[in-house]
Parts: sequence; C-alpha cells; structure tokens
Amino acid sequence: MLPASWTESLRRIAALIRRELLTIWRDKRGRTILILPPIMQLFVFSYAATFDLSNAPLAILNEDAGLASRELVARFSASDAFKPMARLTNGVEIKAIIENGDALAVLHIGPTFSRDLASGKTPTIQFIVDGRQSNTALIAMSYVNEIVGDFSREQAARYGRSMAGPQLVTRAWFNSNLETRWFIIPGLVATLTMVVATLTTSMSVARERELGTFEQLLVTPLRPWELFVGKIVGPAIIAFTEGALLAVLGILIFHVPLRGDVALMALGLAVFMLSVTSVGLMISTLTNTQQQAQIASFCVVMPCIILSGLTTPIENMPGWVQALTYLNPLRYVLVINRGVFLQDIPASVAFANLWPMALIGVVTAAMAMRLFRSRMA
Amino acid sequence: MSAGLTFEGLRKTFTGEAGTVTAVDGVSGVIAPGKITGLVGPDAAGKTTLIRMLAGLLVPNAGTITKPPGHVSYMPQKFGLYEDLTVEQNLVLYADLHGLDQKARKETFAKLHGFTGLAPFTDRLAGKLSGGMKQKLGLACTLVVTPEVLLLDEPSVGVDPVSRRELWAMVQQLQNTGIAVLWSTAYLDEAERCDHVMLLHEGTMLFDGAPKDFTARSEGQTWRMALPAKAAEKRELQRAAAALPGVIDSQIQGRALRLVVEKDAPAPTLPGLTAEQIPPRLEDAYLAMLHPPHKPPPIVEHTEEVGSGELIRVHDLTRKFGAFTAVDHLSFEVQRGEIFGLLGPNGAGKSTTFKMLCGLIPASSGEAHVAGFDLRVARADARGRLGYMAQKFAYVGYLSVEQNMRFAAGVYGLSKKEANERVEEAIDAFGLAPYRSSACGLLPLGIKQRMALACAILHRPAILFLDEPTSGVDPVTRHEFWARINAMADAGMTVLVTSHFIDEAEYCDRLAIIYRGKMIGLGSPEEIKAQHDKGGAGLEAAFISLVENYDREHPQ
Repeated sequence: MLPASWTESLRRIAALIRRELLTIWRDKRGRTILILPPIMQLFVFSYAATFDLSNAPLAILNEDAGLASRELVARFSASDAFKPMARLTNGVEIKAIIENGDALAVLHIGPTFSRDLASGKTPTIQFIVDGRQSNTALIAMSYVNEIVGDFSREQAARYGRSMAGPQLVTRAWFNSNLETRWFIIPGLVATLTMVVATLTTSMSVARERELGTFEQLLVTPLRPWELFVGKIVGPAIIAFTEGALLAVLGILIFHVPLRGDVALMALGLAVFMLSVTSVGLMISTLTNTQQQAQIASFCVVMPCIILSGLTTPIENMPGWVQALTYLNPLRYVLVINRGVFLQDIPASVAFANLWPMALIGVVTAAMAMRLFRSRMA
Repeated sequence: MSAGLTFEGLRKTFTGEAGTVTAVDGVSGVIAPGKITGLVGPDAAGKTTLIRMLAGLLVPNAGTITKPPGHVSYMPQKFGLYEDLTVEQNLVLYADLHGLDQKARKETFAKLHGFTGLAPFTDRLAGKLSGGMKQKLGLACTLVVTPEVLLLDEPSVGVDPVSRRELWAMVQQLQNTGIAVLWSTAYLDEAERCDHVMLLHEGTMLFDGAPKDFTARSEGQTWRMALPAKAAEKRELQRAAAALPGVIDSQIQGRALRLVVEKDAPAPTLPGLTAEQIPPRLEDAYLAMLHPPHKPPPIVEHTEEVGSGELIRVHDLTRKFGAFTAVDHLSFEVQRGEIFGLLGPNGAGKSTTFKMLCGLIPASSGEAHVAGFDLRVARADARGRLGYMAQKFAYVGYLSVEQNMRFAAGVYGLSKKEANERVEEAIDAFGLAPYRSSACGLLPLGIKQRMALACAILHRPAILFLDEPTSGVDPVTRHEFWARINAMADAGMTVLVTSHFIDEAEYCDRLAIIYRGKMIGLGSPEEIKAQHDKGGAGLEAAFISLVENYDREHPQ
C-alpha cells in the first residue's frame, strides 16, 4: 500500500496524462497533423528514397553487327535496372544525350566486338555515365559490372575457355536482396517517432500559454515534478503508439521481416522517448508560442536525423562528426530497431546501445527538470 | 453637417470547425454626427464584428454601409501601438502612414499633445505606459487625421476609473466638434452616459435609441430595500427577496437590496423591511427585458470544515521585480466565510498580490498564511486547499464539460469514486447536464463560467480565488454568478476576488483598495463610501477620490 501522499500524487499525474491525451485527440486538426504526415512520410520514403536502380534511361550505340553484341544489348534491355530509351548511330550523339540529361548512361559497343570475342581477344565495351549524379552513377556501374560479368562467363563457357582469376560470390546477410526499404523502414519508425514526440512535447506548454490554460494548471496542487512527468508521459504514449503503427505498416505493406524480439524494440523506444521528450520539454519551456516551438524542434530534429545514420553511413563521416553522433540518441535506437527487424539482435549488442541512450535520457531529463522548475516556480 | 454613418441589414457569419456562427444578424442603425453612440453588449455579442465591418475590415455577408465623404477612423481593442517605439515615434509613424506633411504635422502633434496630456511623456516607450495612457496615445494616433466618424472598440477595457473619466472627457470634446463617435463597451454604466445606445445581444439589436428611453420602459419596476445593520444576514435576505413572486433580480448594494420586479408586480415585501421605489438604471431595464429565470441556485455542499478565524493572513507582504516594487508591505486578514475584494486599477499590484496568495509566485519578503499553510514553505499544500477561477476562461476548449470536470477532480487528488460523486453532484447543481458532452470551448460565456466555477469547487476548497470573474459578462450571467458565490459564502466558503469593476466590489463584505503597490483603503463598501465620498455618488467616486488624494500626498 502506497502512502496517501503517493496515491494522491499518482492520481494527479494520471489526471494530467489523461487530459494531455484527450486534448490532442479531441482537436481534429491536431489529430490529423499527428497521424497523417508520419504515415505519408513512411510511404514517400519507402517508395522514393530507394538506392535500388530501376528503369534508368540508357542509350545504346551498337556499332557491331555480330550476334554477341545483340545478345549483350538484350541482357541490358531485360534487366530491371535499365530501360533503353534511344539507339544511337554515331559517336557524336553521345555528348548531347548525356548533357541534356536524356540518358543516365550510354552503352557503346565497338565495331570489332563480336570478332574479338570469337577470335579470343579480350573485347572492350565503353560505358559512359552521367557523373553529375554520382550516387546513381556508382550504382549503375555496379549493375553494369554484374551484367557484363554474367555475359562474359557464359561466353567463356560457350567457347570452352576458362575464366581467369577467382569468381566473387557475394551474399548479403539479413537483407539478401539488399532492398533499401528493409534498411530505411526500421530507421523511419524510430525517426518519425522522434519527430512526433518532439513536436507534441515542445508545443504543449507553449500551447497552454497561448490559450491561457497554463496558469490554471499551476494553481493546482501539482508539484513541478508531477507536471513534468505528466507533460512528458502523454506525448511519449502518443509517439510510441504512432511508432507501433508505422512498424505494423512496414511489416504488412512493405513486407519488412520482423525477426527479433518486439519487447526489445519497445524497450529501446521507451528509453529513447525519455531523452526525446525531455529535449522537447526544454524547447517548450524556453519558447512562448507554438510557432517558435515548431521552429526550435525542427532545428533539433534535423541534425539528429542527419547524424544518426538513417540515410548515410556514420562510418563515412569525418572523425569529429562521428564523435558527435555518440551524443545523438537516435543513433542507438536505429541500431536496435534495425537489429530487431532484420536479425535477431544479440542481447550484448542491444545492451551496448541501450545504456548510452539511457544515460543521455537521464542527463537530458535532469536538465529539463531543472529548467522547468526554474521557469515555472 | 455630414449625415454620419448609416448601416442597414448587416449580417456576418463565420464558418469554423464546429459549424457556422452568425456573429451579427441583420443589424441596422445610424452613427450620428456630434453624438456619442454607445455600442453596448457583453463579450461575444457581436460588437467587434460590427465595428470591423463599419471600418471596412470585414466584408458583410449581407447589408449596406453608407459612409460619409470624410475619414472613418478606427481604434481597435488591442490598440495598434508599437510597444517598442516611443510615444513620439508612434505618432510620427501614424502621421507617415497618413502622408501628413511637415507643417500640418507640427500643428497636429502640438494639438494632440495638449489634448491627451501626453506631452511630458513623448520619449517614453509605448509599452511602458499605463493602460489609460496607452488608450490615450491610441486615440491620439487615430486622430492624426481628423475623422468624420470615429469608431472606438472597447476603449475603456483595462483602464482604471480615473483614466476612464479622462478618456471620456476627451471623447466628449471630439463630439463637440461634430465628429460622429461610436464607443463600444460592456459596461452599462458607461452606456448610460452616451447620447444614444445600440444594445447588442447575441448578434441582434435589442434596442436602438436614447438610454433614458430604454430605462423608461422599466419605470416602476425597480425597488430599493434597506437592510439591517448586521452584515451576516444580508445574503440570506437577498435570497429570500429573490424567491419572492414577481422578482426578476435582486442584487446586494452595500447595505441595501436592489430589486427588479416584473411589470405591474406589487411592491416586494419582506418581514420587517420596506421597499421604496427608485429610478431604474440601464442595467435594470436590460435585466427586465431579458427576464432571467429567478430561481435562486441551490447551495452545494462545497467546503470542508477548516476551523474558524482567519483563513488568509498577510503580513508585510512585498514583491519586487528588479528595482520595481509591485507590492509594498501589504498586511490584511480575511475571515472565514467572508467575501474579500482586492480593488485597484491595472498595474496597481493586485494581480501580483493575488498570484502570491495562490502560490503562483513567491514573495520577496513578508509572510502569508493561506488556509493554515505558510506560503514560504508549503505553497503546493496551500494550492490544494484553494479553488481558482481565472479571468479568462482557462479550460481546454476541445474537452467536454464532463472531461474538464473529471480532470479538475483528478488533479486535486480525488479518488475515482469521489470524483464520480462530486462531478455528478456539480453537474446537477450547476445545471450543466445538457452540456456535459459538448466541447466546452463552443458554449456560451455564461455556461463556460458556470463550468469554470463548478471545476473550481469540486475538491471543496477552503478559499475560492476569483480573478475579475465577471468582466465583460452580461448582467444576467453576472447576477447569476454572484448569487452562487453568495450562497457559497453563506455556507462557509471564503472568497477572495480581484476587480477593477466597481459593481463587483459592491458584492464584497470588505475591500482592500490597492494602488501603486500599497493598500490605500480597507473596509466594507459602506465604510469606504462613508469615509471617502462625501457627495454620496457611490463607490466609484469614493475610489477616485482615494486615488487622487494618494497621488496628491505621494507625488511620483
């Protein structure tokens, strides 16, 4: 049995949390803003932000009349990665078609291709890509290597020649087809949860100030810490539910596998929420209007996303930037989320990412509480 | 002479999330030159919407406006002053906006400085002016170009009685030059002084004519009943009077009751008391016209025994903000069951005092005990024993009446069972059953206020704190509100109320008059009137004389 002062304290906090949830839920506009954009972002990211190349426009200049060259062209046509959009007849046309951006790449087969192949010489083909789109160009080249490699092996077999050197067989673990979605969605679940949690907490006190309801809260017997807890738990519940919804959508619609322990992911998100809502409440304490709070949230959330490894690998960042990422709770929760979705993440790895996040959470919560007390009292 | 401004059949609707609201519904009238026309009505009656249509800021859905050839100037409620500019810079800005040339500018400024008495303050930031001076500057800015029609949207809100009087005198001077003035207000005493009034109620025009013609309608319906000296009985007698057949309204005024009865109703009588007929005021006629239900509200069991004696004890209470002393060594006591008023102009320190006593801000020095708790060490405990109603409706509008009440119960630590019982009880007692599931933000002001009061007393507080509870509220709602407060005080509730509204002060058992951080008067309304208003003109005159005396003795 709890002492009477504790039960009253819990009742007060529960009342506040219920009020926070109801306030957000009963406001039709607020409700729409919270639910719709994250789902839209999930869809947009999943469909648009993909590193897989498909239907890249390809121009073909085949100066060779032989069968082999036609077969090679057919392989390009058959691949999902490329879509032949023009047949060129002269080398001078290459410049224009790349410069205008009509084609991402030009496949140029010289006039002696079939002859060289038949006579045992190593034939060369030219593949010109638009380097202005360096990312896509790199991916295109890896596809080309694969297509040409397959073609060479088959030709070698046909002519009874052995291929020189070892043959590389790659296998991607956890995501065997290296689908970008599988990589992006588990990360998005955490990232969008962060966006929702930061926005709701950061705007909550500012909204009360705008509506004039904050004073009414302050004259209740709510202690500052109770107000603090109520103000972070409500948004955390909303963000958490939202995260769960996004995860379910990812599994059902985008067929991301779920191989690990859901409870572990929930724990990870819960620990993550502590630091995110604390930062949100700090913003809320320091801003006077909802608009200021929104801008401030944006300024916090954007760098966190960039420094998290959501889209670009942390390993590629310069050393001092990598050091910064250790302060970013999103970095850790991404590892846990991806681990739970795509593999059955080992407990040791999970723990190695949980404790730094918990530490950040405790420190930010303490800071937020201090700030909250000093500004509220 | 110009024809003034004429409007015919004006209608304006607003479509929001909750549906379409008709703010102004088929209103016609004339703002005549050389007259002050009062646009009178409670908050949300449609005053601002109408003025904004007349100023050309809103396009009406229907109706026509005929403007005179000259300027129509408009002073909005939240004045268009730049707080970070000085008085002079604000004037220059408006002169620039109107394209006034240098020569005309010099003359106009000199005239306006003299007119407003702002000459000594030209270098002061507008944001640092008092409420009254801000309004004067706002008026000066709208007068940079002499208008033919002057539209003033609630110019006296947030202005203390002294400045109100000056502002009124200024506008009267303008009126004498032939300008047509529209002065909107929620105060009926102000409306009474206008040449012509338009009474707006829920978007329609209740009355359009001279105030005396309106009051004449309820001639013979107003009575005054002198009460015995003992103050404790006055609320009981008021309730008895309110329950008499034919009585529409009863109101305590010092040591007397003011009664409004139905047309041709007999003189109200109570054992041992006699009533004398008195001339009606605008408010009486208003009440008679709206004819509120005169059922006295039931007494809710709302307060727990907290012993007797002093529930608030303040000694040498001081609060400083930097070098500025907002509250300067205040001392007073409030007894159990007393309705105690803190009266004073804006910025006098009454809100700061109020906030300290609610435990919202700490005192710089001095002592305050509230409901037995020392505020220096137990602010949160003290907060648990008091109920609070903010001046502005301070509940989340999206939540239903019931949800807000449940939150109020929970946040004061009531158990689920207690909360259920008390919420049901309060919904019953406050007549909120029809609205229990409605989003409270969309309810009429009167219902909102009932809900706010119900929320404030769910936890049975020892003291009820009311911050300007009925400013901007129509008289029906105001009287109903005070009937409830009176019933509560009779049942032992202690009430602390702040106001700059003299009518509200009449309801108090005792008043502390706060001015420039100090208490310059303390006593019952009758005592204060007797001491400071020799002419018998009422509490407002007493208040003004107190303030003026203080200013004379303590020049700034």
